[in-house]
Amino acid sequence: MSVFAAVALALLVTITLALARAAMGPTVFDRLQAANTIGTCAMMLLAVLGFLGGRPEFLDLALVYGLLNVIGVIAVLKFFRRGDLGDPGHHPAAEKAAR
Amino acid sequence: MIHSFSALIALFIFWLLLSGMYTPFLVAAGAGSAVAVLLIAHRMDVVDHEGHPIHLAWHAFFSYWPWLVKEIIFSAWDVSKRIWHPSLPISPSLAEFVPTQNTDMGLVIHANSITLTPGTISIEVAQGRFLVHALTREGAAGLAGSEMDRRCTSMEVK
Amino acid sequence: MSVVIDVLSALCLVAGSFFCLTGGIGLIRMPDFYTRMHAASIVETLGAGLILLGLMLEAGLTLISVKLAMVGLLVFFASPTASHALARAAFLRGLMPELAKAEDASSKP
Repeated sequence: MSVFAAVALALLVTITLALARAAMGPTVFDRLQAANTIGTCAMMLLAVLGFLGGRPEFLDLALVYGLLNVIGVIAVLKFFRRGDLGDPGHHPAAEKAAR
Repeated sequence: MIHSFSALIALFIFWLLLSGMYTPFLVAAGAGSAVAVLLIAHRMDVVDHEGHPIHLAWHAFFSYWPWLVKEIIFSAWDVSKRIWHPSLPISPSLAEFVPTQNTDMGLVIHANSITLTPGTISIEVAQGRFLVHALTREGAAGLAGSEMDRRCTSMEVK
Repeated sequence: MSVVIDVLSALCLVAGSFFCLTGGIGLIRMPDFYTRMHAASIVETLGAGLILLGLMLEAGLTLISVKLAMVGLLVFFASPTASHALARAAFLRGLMPELAKAEDASSKP
């Protein structure tokens, strides 16, 4: 068994633990935190899988997955705080444009 | 102007590194994309010393990051020991203190470094007031006037 | 020489998986939301960093290493921002952290 397979296994176990927290988590923030951790682990898992299968193109997928993960968490948080994704908040340029 | 130029170069190098194929068409497409992204960034008004802090690069690479990595390793090891310990010896605390940075850039670097170090998380960040959640009482006590605070301030004036 | 690099990379990968697992255990064991965040930040800093370092040693000086470094920089810059946004949103929502009682238990590991 190669060391990559062992790392992939450890990452899968971590994802399972985070999934358990997402299922249990008393507040919505616990679930979001678990989702963020799952995203980071999935990114690492994609990179390791690329090496395991000898296909380094998987790294591009890992990069895109990481970007989507961050944007996803921020978007869900914004949705919970304002109930709307399009609200620009208190940005001076946006307020100037709205006037 | 110098920020636009360095952003353009950085974007183009980013394209070249990600693509890995250097046919004339793809290189030209990369140059076009870099210009387009720069124009959009100008329209959003984010190309300035805050959005693209080249003046910090040298000091950050060779002095601040190595120190921060060392700090992250030590505190991550400490938190790991606490997680594996059967009795879970944590004493969560909130700490409020006054950071010594004056600019937004310095405050952001300081707050990000606090969050990046396992064991401390910045909750509220404002000029002259940081609210930080720490995993242990000792971690909370060591925050005000820390080495990290001093290093961030010294980087800011450079 | 290549044996040394292989051993170093395997060590980094194993240590990285260990820290990822530690973070996962912490997510289950810690008592409230804010303390769980500290456990998750181990996964995002040392776990991810060591695994990426191990893969970079394996890949050598190629474009693959550059891409791995980009993944690392992304995690390095974006994860504290997301964590801070989460903590701040939870705090503003009124979720208070469970604080330790004054000097009851020793917090030495």
